[in-house]
Order: sequence, then C-alpha cells, then structure tokens
Amino acid sequence: MSNKYIGQSVKRVEDKRFITGEGRYTDDIVLPRMVHAYILRSPYAHARIKSIDTSEALAMKGVVAIYTGKDFENINGVPCGWQVNFKDGTTMREPKHPLLVLDKVKHAGDGVAMVVAETKEIAADAAEAINVKYEVLKAVTNPKEALAPGAPLVHDEYPDNIAFDWQIGNDKAEVDAAMDSAHHITKLDFTNNRVVPNAMEPRSYIGDYDTAYDRYTLYTSTQNPHLIRLLMCAFVLGIPEHKVRVVGPDVGGGFGSKIYHYTEEALVTWAAKQLRRPIKWTSDRSEAFLTDAHGRDHVSTAEMGFDKDGHIVGLRIKTYANLGAYLSTFASAVPTYLHGTLLQGVYTTPKIHLDMTCVFTHTTAVDAYRGAGRPEATYLLERLMDVSAHEMGIDPAELRFKNFIPPFDGVNQAGYQTQVALQYDSGNYHAVLERGLEMLGYADFKEKQAEARKNGKLLGVGFSTYIEACGIAPSAVVGSLGARAGLFESAQVRVQPTGKVNVYTGSHSHGQGHETSFAQVVADKLGIPLADVEIIHGDSDAVAFGMGTYGSRSLAVGGSAIVKSIEKVLEKGAKIAAHKLECSTDDLDFADGKWTVKGTDKSIGFGDVALTAYVPHVYPANLEPGLDFSSFYDPANFTYPFGCHIAVVEVDAETGKVTIKRFVAVDDVGNVINPMIVEGQIHGGLAQGIGQALLEGVIYDENGQLTTGTFMDYAMPRADDLPMFETDRKTTPCPHNPLGVKGAGEAGAIGSTPAVVNAVMNATWHLGVRDLEMPLTPQRVWRAMNHK
Amino acid sequence: MAETVNITVNGTQHSKEVEGRTLLVHFLRDTLGLTGTHVGCDTSSCGACTVHINGKAVKSCSMLAAQADGKSITTIEGMANGDELHPLQESFREKHGLQCGFCTPGMIMTAADLLNHNPNPSETDIREALEGNICRCTGYHNIVEAIKDAAEKMAVPA
Repeated sequence: MSNKYIGQSVKRVEDKRFITGEGRYTDDIVLPRMVHAYILRSPYAHARIKSIDTSEALAMKGVVAIYTGKDFENINGVPCGWQVNFKDGTTMREPKHPLLVLDKVKHAGDGVAMVVAETKEIAADAAEAINVKYEVLKAVTNPKEALAPGAPLVHDEYPDNIAFDWQIGNDKAEVDAAMDSAHHITKLDFTNNRVVPNAMEPRSYIGDYDTAYDRYTLYTSTQNPHLIRLLMCAFVLGIPEHKVRVVGPDVGGGFGSKIYHYTEEALVTWAAKQLRRPIKWTSDRSEAFLTDAHGRDHVSTAEMGFDKDGHIVGLRIKTYANLGAYLSTFASAVPTYLHGTLLQGVYTTPKIHLDMTCVFTHTTAVDAYRGAGRPEATYLLERLMDVSAHEMGIDPAELRFKNFIPPFDGVNQAGYQTQVALQYDSGNYHAVLERGLEMLGYADFKEKQAEARKNGKLLGVGFSTYIEACGIAPSAVVGSLGARAGLFESAQVRVQPTGKVNVYTGSHSHGQGHETSFAQVVADKLGIPLADVEIIHGDSDAVAFGMGTYGSRSLAVGGSAIVKSIEKVLEKGAKIAAHKLECSTDDLDFADGKWTVKGTDKSIGFGDVALTAYVPHVYPANLEPGLDFSSFYDPANFTYPFGCHIAVVEVDAETGKVTIKRFVAVDDVGNVINPMIVEGQIHGGLAQGIGQALLEGVIYDENGQLTTGTFMDYAMPRADDLPMFETDRKTTPCPHNPLGVKGAGEAGAIGSTPAVVNAVMNATWHLGVRDLEMPLTPQRVWRAMNHK
Repeated sequence: MAETVNITVNGTQHSKEVEGRTLLVHFLRDTLGLTGTHVGCDTSSCGACTVHINGKAVKSCSMLAAQADGKSITTIEGMANGDELHPLQESFREKHGLQCGFCTPGMIMTAADLLNHNPNPSETDIREALEGNICRCTGYHNIVEAIKDAAEKMAVPA
C-alpha cells in the first residue's frame, strides 16, 4: 500500500481555528443562566480552621450560594489512581483530599469555601467578605526535614509524614558488594528542583445539570475526559457514570498537569445540580501556581561504581520524593514505576538498587510533569556519567560508548531485560550519539573550547543519552503494579455511506495535533483523501471510552487502536467488494482506495463499497449492513524511545550567566507519521527541560508560602532565553505495535536538562566547580565559580 | 458605576456600558464575545491577551475598557480579510508555529506589530520582540521561523 500522507509533514488541520481566534477553550464557552464560582483559599500552609462566617458574604447582591467543608463532610475526596505498597507490603497511606477543607488546611491554596455568584467579580468580592479564623501551625516543605523527629505533621494520623517507602532493583547486598569491588566511585548529592507545569490555558471547568434528562455535563480542560468521568462518578460523587457527559474541548496545553482529577471539577458538577444552573470556574494564574500539581522535587544521593576500564559495575541511589500534602491521581506511580524502572538507562549496569522514601509536606501536590519520573532518572544517570568521566579522565562520549547496551531490534535480537523490571523493545544507542557528535563537530569543538578559554571565554559541552518508556502497558502488568485502571485505548472508525470517515478516539489532543496525524494514518490505510477523514476526541458521549493523552501514548496506543478498527473495516469491505465483483475475497487486492480482482482491471472503490454497506440491495447473505467498527488496543509492552542531547554553553566569567550557544538533539522515536509535528514536540520538550536547568524552580519560604507564585517571580523560558535547535532523527521501529511508533512528547524534556547542567560543569570544571544546583541562575554559578 | 464607552473593534463600532473596573480583555471576551483574545496570567506577563490599539500591540489585561474609549482595536478575529488569512496567520500554520493554540493570537498580534515597524527583523530582533509573550508548547523555534517567513511574504507583494 503506498503512503501518500504517512511520513509527510502535512500541515495541521486544526490550525485554522487557532490562528483565527476561533479555538474553543472551556473559558470561551458560555451557557444560558450560567453563574460563576470563586474558591476562597487558605493563605496559610498549615492551620486549623477555628470558624468560618459566611453571613456577610451571603447577603451580598448577586451571591447565589456559598459552600464550605461542612457540605462535603460525607462526600469522598479526590482519589489517587495508583496503589503503591510499602516495602513490607502494607498499603500506602492515602489521606482524604476533600473537595473543601473541613478542619485543617495542609498547603497554601487549599480550598476553604466556594462562592457562587452572578459574575466572577461578585464571587471574588464575596469571598473577601468571608471571615475565616485560623490557628496557624508550623509548616514543613522539604522532604528530608519532614522526616526529622518532631517535624510538623501534614496529616495527624501519619506520625512520620511518610506516604510509603519502596525499592527496586537487585538485592541490596549484591549491589553493595558490586560497589565495594569498584575501582572508582562517583558519588553526588542531587536536588531535582520542583517546577510548575504552567500550561498557558489555566484550568477551567463548567458544571451543568439538565433536570429534564437527569443528566450532568462537565466541560473541563483535561487530558483525559473519560478518566475524569470515571474517577468523579465512582470515587467522589457517587453519581451514575452513564448520566454524566465529560467534554474536553480545545485544551491549551497540559504537560501532565491536566491529567488529574481536581477538586474543582467535582465541585462545579455537584453544585450545578444543587443550584440547577451551569457553573463556571476558571483558575487565575496565581491560583494555578498554588493548585495545579507540580513536578519533580526529588532529593537524592547517587553513586555509580566503575571498574578500572571504565565499565559501570553498580548504581546505588537513595531518594526522597516530595509528594506534597495530598496524593494526586498518579503521584505514587511517578517516583516509583515511572522512575525506578528507568535507572538502567542505556547502559549495561549489572547491579542497580534504588531506595525511595515518599514524603508528605505542606506543599502543593506533586505529580507527573512532562516525562514524569523519567527525567529524574535520566538526570541522575547522565549527571553521574559526565562527572565520572571528568573524575576518571575519560572523554564523556567515550565513557558512554564503552557502556552502551549493544544495538537490538527486538525482532532478530531479543528485547533487553533490565535489572529494574522493564524489557526494552528495541534500541540503537550508539547510532544517536555518533550522529550527535557528527552534528556537533566534536573534534573541532575541543579546539574551539581551548581557544575560547585562552580568550577568557568559558565554553562547555554537555551530553545526555537518555531512554524513556512510553505508552505505559499492558493493563495486566500495570494492574499488578498497583494501577487502578487499565491502560489501553479505544477507537471507532465509522465509515459514512458516502465514504467519508469519522474516527472517534479516546486519546485527547491538547496541542499534539491528533486531528492531523491520526487522519494521515486513516487516509493512507483506507486510500482516501485526508479531507475525507475527521478525528473526533474529547467527548465522552461521542467516544466509547478512552484513557486519554499522557506519557507519550497517543499514537503508540491510540493510533494502534485506530489501525485495529481500520483492519476490521477493510476485512468487511473486502466481503462486500467480492460480492459485487463476483469473486472470492482471496482474489482481491486492496490498494489506493479500491479493491481489484488480481490480474484484472475489475475493481470497486472504497466509496462504492461504503454506499453498498448502507444501501445493501446487492449484498452478501449473512452479512450485517453498515461499515462501522470499534476496537480496544492493549499494548504488549511499553515503547522505548531514546536519543542523544548535546548542549554547548558559554558561561560569563564575570556574572555567571549561562547562554546556550548550540543545542543538538538526535532522537529515535521509532517510525514517524508527521515529522513536522514530531520535531515540534521535541522543540517544546527541549524548552521545558532547558527551563528546568536554567530558569525554573519553586521556592517555598519557611512558613510554606509559595514565593514563586506568579510569572513575575517564576522564570518561564522566553524566546530570548533559547537558541534555534539543531535536530535530527534516527529510526528504530517499535517491534510490537502496528505502526512501529514509539512516542515523542516527552523526549525533549527528559534528555535536555542534564545536558545543560553537564555543559555548565564542563565549562567551569577547571575553576574547581564540582556541584551546581538547578536552576543554574547567574548567582549560583557565580558563587560556585568564586567558591562563595 | 457603569459608564458608556465607544470602541471600534475590528472595524465595527460598539457603544456599551462597562463597569469602571472592567479590563479591556474582559470587555472583548465577555461583552463582545471575542474569545480569541486569551487570559493566561494575572500579572501582565504572558501576552496571551495582546491586541492592537490604534495599530500598536498592547496587553489588553493591562488597561481598563474605559481607557479604550474612542480607540480603534484590532483583535485576532480581525486579522484575516474574509477568507484570506493574514501572512502571519499563514506562516504560523506553514511553519508549525503553534501547538495548543492558546498563546497564538497574542503571538500573532505581537509579531504583526514588530513587522509593522521592522519589516526585515533578525532572529535576535524577533526573539526580543517576543519577550513579553510566553509559549509553553513550541520552544519558540517555529514561531521565530514563522515570523521570518511572514516577513519575507510581506516584503514581496503577491
């Protein structure tokens, strides 16, 4: 079958509405009689609520209702979707995350009351008139401090602030023995800085209740409408799932932060029925900083041991993960199954052990942020590799080549079994580093660096050869690891009588371009024009079911489900075609949108077969009319994209300011449907990874106040912080899904962060700099260079 | 404390009552229903609400609707000429200068202002001009490419 669209940089179908201002995000939607909600939030990180007086606020003109924690005493909180057990097998601690707090607030921004009013302004004014008396308590925000004896308790019922402890890898004694045998050990302390996802569209929800049909609708800026419906109906509100429609319209970016089921979704849905009016709540940016789940926040000590030839003999890590005050939807999975399982990296490390302690603090919940656990693993490994190379006097590229897992395609060579549970599907790690070095011009670079140094310029290069795991699966395995949901995807391919095609996918686009790349697959597989395909997503009434978009799973899992449905369409289509052409299905070839009798010019087009399926006058006996198939696809394994990222930086010797001079990224994400979209995904990931390295970082003060709570205080990467990226791809297809695709959404954010920090270390190593904490602000770099 | 303002938006004159505290962006979105202008922050830092006032790019969250009385405003909805897209709109699509689309209207309005006074900007000029507009999706690479591309298109009349 010839590909007209697959592999082409087809311009995006969805762009027209966005470039003309016709995108329809949740806050753009206005329903008749709609009222507006405002959430009064705790100004304190830790305090007991002594009393709440809403009387003055309720009396204000335009105020419709006010709800407090008392209204939700007998309603569940928002759940955690993944159960992880302590090392000793006991279940993790799951504190209630109430829709509104009844007694004790646990982080700055915890919701205390919801005001509903005719306008958002009235609701905000009324919230100010609510009188809450607090008894302020001491707060703790750092995970290691939270474990100290006598530390303030986040949840009174858990006397040590531990959510759970966990381990993975080889037997600890074996790893210790391997480390004892090492010729050289590099040991580093790391802080993986807490960052805020900051999708540009703030979270927004509209709850609506239709009395005539006893039916709810929730419009939500989410990455997974069906999952929200399931969690909200079954775990929080106890309302029947078939009476709830969840719509995720245009969504302005997610990066993980819109995966989770948030309290406000349940609040507006619940209150819509109480008030019999639609209710909209839209987050302010300052509120988003306080309440959108944050990312990263690990404190680690990591050791990598080498033999005398520079081969890794062992890896030993102790990490404290800050989960914040409550367990967000995937919070428990991120530092464990999405992090510990990636510590093999792309190396043949024979012995690995991670000891993890997950801790509650008086901070905003931490959950998956672009990469989710994999960037933290990559940061440890790749920083250790570059520092080890410096310490052992081996070139960092050479050290990697020495330790790479040899190439394997997963077909002729088996997948690679790691020491940390996963089996990699296919990989060629040498190829991406070789290409990266070629693009960089490494030999020339070393000369340039020496020359620059003579002229007082601090030029540095940093490497990162990462691997990640996408399309988390299969359901049976993730279930055995504690996932409280399956991780499959559904797709329906509905061929209309005229041969036009609607595709309903449970995947959700919030910038990824599904309406284009998915349509490319469908158009080519059916041999029809791209314009004849429409991709429909984000509406639980339209789409059978879906697990949504995160973990770079859309094409690998959602796309594979579409392919399954297309195969069913073609199989039935062949029966109809054979009947019309008076031959056997075995005699037919399907290509370029038509079935042809082999060796003849007799053929019938896809459109004619579609029409016949719906006007079945001349039709096979015992065949149902219609041409419309659904499928569920549960992958056999994760997919494992990988790549090589190289940063070239210049550090200002006077000020410590870091400038990225070049950024080379060679990624292998398997087969590619739309190179333009993949490259765009890589660019965006790079910007976020570089942002974490140089600019972004959450700071809480000693009282638990978020001091980086606006775009004026939290440094987002801007256009003049970043270079033009130099990107290329290698292709090692995924051996276990029908498209051979692996996923590209997170790669950029996973590989780039350590590359940047390694480059700054490389630029300043000769000045005695041995440790730098992200973000690498000019002040930090200057202090390190000047030993202050 | 409502007062009447007369504002021309995308060539249409509007005479509307507004509250004294109503920001221009809320007037555009809520009163006129022009939801292409977005709100991405509350500190005038992100640029998602950028519109043109008398031809100059302004963050519409940084002024009151009342201050726009008598002014002429262009929003993203006014950039195309019927079905004919503005060259910047075309270039953002052709160069994949957008992903989720939320920052895009503000980016296009800021870029249009740049090209109005600097028809042949360098990469540095473009990056500096975009300093007040945050995009979380694209890493800016393709936005820079799109603006360069539009500058070329606009320099050579079709």
